[in-house]
Amino acid sequence: MSVISNIAKPRQTSSAMVRPASALTYVALIFTLLLSAFPLYWAFVVGSSTDEELAKIPPSVVPGDNLSENIQTVFAQENVRFLESMGNSLIVTVIVTVSVLFFSSLAGFAFAKLRFRGRDALFLLLILTMTVPSQLGSVALYILMGKLGWNGELQAVIVPGLVTAFGVFFMRQFIVDAIPDELIDAARVDGASSFRTYISVVLPALRPALGVLGLLTFVATWNDFAWPLITLGGSEHPTVQVALSNLASGQFVVYSKVLAGAVLATIPLLIVFVVAGKQIVSGIMEGAVKS
Amino acid sequence: MSAQVRDTPPMSPPQSVKAKQSSRRTPRGRGERLAPYLFIAPFFLLFGIFGLFPFGYNVVVSFRHWQLDDPMNDGWSGLDNYRYALTDSAFWNSLYNTMGIYLLSGVPQLVLALLLAGLLNRQLRFQTLFRVGILLPYITPLAASTLIFGAVYANTEAGIANYFLSFFGVEPVDWRADRWSSWFAISTMLNWKWVGYNAVIYLAAMQSIPKDIYEAATLDGAKHWQQFWRITVPLIRPAILFTVILNTIGQLQLFTEPLLFDTNVSNATGGFDGQFQTVALLIYKTGWKDLDLGLAAAMSVLLFALVIVLAAVNSLITNRIGGRR
Repeated sequence: MSVISNIAKPRQTSSAMVRPASALTYVALIFTLLLSAFPLYWAFVVGSSTDEELAKIPPSVVPGDNLSENIQTVFAQENVRFLESMGNSLIVTVIVTVSVLFFSSLAGFAFAKLRFRGRDALFLLLILTMTVPSQLGSVALYILMGKLGWNGELQAVIVPGLVTAFGVFFMRQFIVDAIPDELIDAARVDGASSFRTYISVVLPALRPALGVLGLLTFVATWNDFAWPLITLGGSEHPTVQVALSNLASGQFVVYSKVLAGAVLATIPLLIVFVVAGKQIVSGIMEGAVKS
Repeated sequence: MSAQVRDTPPMSPPQSVKAKQSSRRTPRGRGERLAPYLFIAPFFLLFGIFGLFPFGYNVVVSFRHWQLDDPMNDGWSGLDNYRYALTDSAFWNSLYNTMGIYLLSGVPQLVLALLLAGLLNRQLRFQTLFRVGILLPYITPLAASTLIFGAVYANTEAGIANYFLSFFGVEPVDWRADRWSSWFAISTMLNWKWVGYNAVIYLAAMQSIPKDIYEAATLDGAKHWQQFWRITVPLIRPAILFTVILNTIGQLQLFTEPLLFDTNVSNATGGFDGQFQTVALLIYKTGWKDLDLGLAAAMSVLLFALVIVLAAVNSLITNRIGGRR
């Protein structure tokens, strides 16, 4: 019934090439896995070493025991505001994620199950908006935010992200398949309004899709860099990625401190990833098949 | 049912029936007819204000003097910004670097992702572990991973990339110093970040190919690698097209890597001589370091034109490749 959970479990029976993997395949895949993890391991090695250890030849390839000191140095740098920036990122990410889930599922429900004039044309328009490279409008967006007095404030990175075309698209595709029309009609016959139907019939059936979209939104928002740097760079309210770039902006780059910061900026995502990596994979695969 | 009863006041029988029917479709009348529009309005409103409007207004700004440090000097400037950008060697240099890095990383990325997806599409133990593991780069914050690679490519002998090369008798490389080494370093960051993600997209497409096609091919004596290049790859062409377009749009706006790879991040010059300055980074430097928003806007418009052209060219090429069986 649920498309997403179908993809999440291995589909060996319908899988294209069912030939079993050779030993060479495993070697290649394990090598790829190690390469994928190496930079994060390296961040941990460098972030936990002292500067003297890093200058040694041969360089140390195992973690040192200086991580907490390096982290304290990072937090102590007042102009960087690292600890505060992690709080800011958490605020931005949580608000954006909750809002994207609500507005995307609401609009997705309208596109999937409600009949109204212009529906198909508007949905096509929504898909077309995904092709606009909005980053190229940064100059004008900065001017607009200036008029609103939002530059340097968190709302400058929150408000534009409150609902995304991808979110609406993703939800619409899920709802079309996952919720039978009869269920909607039954609610209608009982006199439920569209919003009531959304709350009591649609939303409870959306849990898997909400999880996947929530994860993808969380990751994208936490990692966002270019626009936050433009509007929050140099302000008193940096997000963690902006603070990280400030950390690297000194005259001399001190790798142990910078990479201790990189570890901090990545840890929340690693936690999300360990808990729900499978859902992220299924989300990307789902998005790919549908588009 | 209660809503219907409430909505039906005493009236002559035919009207009452009619009212009943219409209320059956829309329980609360006008509010209900508006409901779908209200549900989709937040997206179109937000996109209109913070997506489409800036995109269009950017074009207006590109025809104006707009210097943050000289707010009095305000007015139309005709094509001045464009003329300046197109005769500025820094702009052409950034265009050259952007295209260079794009070409250097684009093709290997595509081929590696295809091969990786091919491996993942076999009958595997620990399937989930592999699929999830190769997405680790995708979820790593770009700012963090770029700074990590900056340390990997440290210019000293103790930098791990140089240390590794020393086993092959290679002298320590000053990675940021010249064009090729910095392009290479940035390309490895891009490939590390995107190969796994693209592979997962290809894998999804591969799994929707019906099995009997392969059975027929095997009966005809086609080898596995022949099947892969002659059947699998052509059949997932839509997915390849999707990633190629996404990749083009993304990489032409390459920004974070050249900004944070530099030893002096706050200059945004892409190396001391602009050897890895990209267009998007130059736009940032022009707008927010040199404070010339008009010129930055003009460069954005030019970059957009390039994105459109290259996306079109790429979809043509992708449609050709593997088009014939």
